[in-house]
Amino acid sequence: MSEKIIPGITTERTEKLIAQTLAEMPEKARKKRQPHVGANEPEASVCAVKSNRKTVPGVMSARGCAYAGAKGVVWGPIRDMVHVSHGPVGCGYYSWGTRRNLVQGVPGVTSFAMDFTSDFQEKDIVYGGDKKLEQLLREADALFPLNHGLSVLSECPVGLIGDDINAVTKKMEQELGKIVVPCNCEGFRGVSQSLGHHISNDSIRDFVIGKRSFDAPATPYDVALIGDYNIGGDVWAAKPILEEMGLNVRATWTGDGAIEEIAATHQVKLNLIHCYRSMNYMCKVMEEKWGIPWVEYNFFGPTKIAESLRKIAALFDADIQAKAEAVIAKYTPMAQAVIDEYRPRLEGKTAMLFVGGLRPRHTVGAYEDLGIQITGTGYEFAHQDDYDRTAPEMAKGTLIYDDVSEFEFERYVEELKPDLVGSGIKEKYVFQKAGIPFRQMHSWDYSGPYHGYEGFRIFARDIDMAINSPTWKLIKSPF
Amino acid sequence: MAEKKMRQIAIYGKGGIGKSTTTQNTVAGLASLGKKVMIIGCDPKADSTRLILHAKAQATVMDKVRELGTVEDLELEDVLKVGYGDVKCVESGGPEPGVGCAGRGVITAINFLEEEGAYTEDLDFVFYDVLGDVVCGGFAMPIRENKAQEIYIVVSGEMMAMYAANNICKGIVKYASSGSVRLGGLICNSRNTDREADLIEALAKRLGTQMIHFVPRDNQVQRAELRRMTVIEYSPEHKQATEYRELARKIAENKLFVVPTPLEMEELEDLLMEFGIMEVDDEENVGKAENA
Repeated sequence: MSEKIIPGITTERTEKLIAQTLAEMPEKARKKRQPHVGANEPEASVCAVKSNRKTVPGVMSARGCAYAGAKGVVWGPIRDMVHVSHGPVGCGYYSWGTRRNLVQGVPGVTSFAMDFTSDFQEKDIVYGGDKKLEQLLREADALFPLNHGLSVLSECPVGLIGDDINAVTKKMEQELGKIVVPCNCEGFRGVSQSLGHHISNDSIRDFVIGKRSFDAPATPYDVALIGDYNIGGDVWAAKPILEEMGLNVRATWTGDGAIEEIAATHQVKLNLIHCYRSMNYMCKVMEEKWGIPWVEYNFFGPTKIAESLRKIAALFDADIQAKAEAVIAKYTPMAQAVIDEYRPRLEGKTAMLFVGGLRPRHTVGAYEDLGIQITGTGYEFAHQDDYDRTAPEMAKGTLIYDDVSEFEFERYVEELKPDLVGSGIKEKYVFQKAGIPFRQMHSWDYSGPYHGYEGFRIFARDIDMAINSPTWKLIKSPF
Repeated sequence: MAEKKMRQIAIYGKGGIGKSTTTQNTVAGLASLGKKVMIIGCDPKADSTRLILHAKAQATVMDKVRELGTVEDLELEDVLKVGYGDVKCVESGGPEPGVGCAGRGVITAINFLEEEGAYTEDLDFVFYDVLGDVVCGGFAMPIRENKAQEIYIVVSGEMMAMYAANNICKGIVKYASSGSVRLGGLICNSRNTDREADLIEALAKRLGTQMIHFVPRDNQVQRAELRRMTVIEYSPEHKQATEYRELARKIAENKLFVVPTPLEMEELEDLLMEFGIMEVDDEENVGKAENA
């Protein structure tokens, strides 16, 4: 692979920018932030940027909490379960469908994308909420008898008062004859939403996996789609491609997921993992316990899709490999047409990213397919292994920032002047008000899907729409 | 008319030391002196008002909250009862051991009483009878800003009671630095240990405070309790009733309020050795079994 170079981006310039920016912080904060920012070294096997540490007090961080990671990311997308936010009402309400994890089915009959909460009051704190939880689970099951399981997601006070939700779910699983899962994902645990993913994986390991079997007879081509949360319909754009190359996608984790398929996933032959950060734990568990190999793939942009399809096919027989080539051959002209349409308008543009735990590296290829180069990227809650995977994707000297503060991010953007910033709702208006095109890359900004060939077409349209909108030319700076 | 200032007093001390009995007898003493008093029991066991109300168990704030669903539905008269000497009685209540959060129950109850105007201007004293161990923030609620300004610690000549008293003083120092709470003295509830009064006097001196009263041990207290009464009400002429009235008078007239100076563990042990509560042993014997 030839080394990526972006004109004007050098290690010296980036390091100077970092030094100038951090110089404005108090000494203690500067010392703490310093290791979390750096200039990219594509050849380094270990990324020098530190991660997964407590946010520096006093800065504006974009991070969420363990509960957000559990409810919003892992459990929320499972369509046929009743998910109970256990505690006061706010956490449940504000984590309700906000990630745009779409589901199929009839609401209340085959899908349950509703907000269930135990709505804690003072008396529940003082006397404990276990009895209320038991009653809630019983009533929810009676009201929505076609659910296939119930999850209980602990909010902070449940952990503070020491309620034993595990005892309640154990009892109710027997009584209701359904999968009832406890998840001790109190928001105060850990430094970010990342621990919520881990805790949720542990709950799947301890209370879900192995409890069911697939109805269909086993084949050598049974796979599971792991770490795709169906944001804006991503799963629906990804799954057909895999099926077209001859694989049987038995379960999706957890986008548009079905709990009994998830519980039977120990029977697949291979796990395909998209979001490594949030689901690597269970892939490793299934590998250790059932010997199921797992492979990372990337469905953003035709270059990475083709690479991934070949990588996956290489793990199967010649038949699958031939079909994979046929899939690539079939869709490449479609992707090329997209590139032909948009690349001329986007060639030479630059973008900066700051997203969760996957997209800061996985979407780089899709931008490059459109002629856009990424001059800076970073994660809210990634770990060392994510940064190690990021370094080779980025050009030398580009800016890498972990858990970036709003102050730093603004300064970095001011200096590097990207044509687009791709980040979250908390950043969106800061940059749009500065006259910089912006796309919300957590929820695809009310658009999507962005996965697969179908998604690339929409991605390209959205990025072009953002960068080349005539709106920006109409804004006059008051300064 | 000179403005009358309500005095809010918290009673702390090791579990089982006799806080509730001492508090209720003292309050009855104050009532017999014509003072208007309210007792707020801050213990899920809810036994801080039974001698005043002659009741087995008073309906607690948290019980009623649980019954009605929310604090907002609760009325003051549901939980505020009047007993001997027009003493107003409230119990915060809370969960049985092992579930929920008793500390939050205390906070909820006191917030409720404040919002509902239970602290009326005619009151001379409010007494908080607090659970033995200040295990979390909830049990420190009575001594937060704008609540109790005075603390009395019930203690005896037993070693663990004195350890506890010293620990409570450490807590008071914390709240004294951020608010106006002060230690008013130690109440010695006698267990008939050797040289008990001298020992508690000495401890009080080290802590920078006073032994405000030495309450002798007398079975009359237990006889009164069998009828769910204070000694003051059961046998006002008895000498034990006189002791409690004396304690009440001393508290009413107390002017010595200090930020305590808690002892280091070694100082406390030295004091105990000095009074023969702890045996002096050679340092080299520490950790050696009896027959080693």
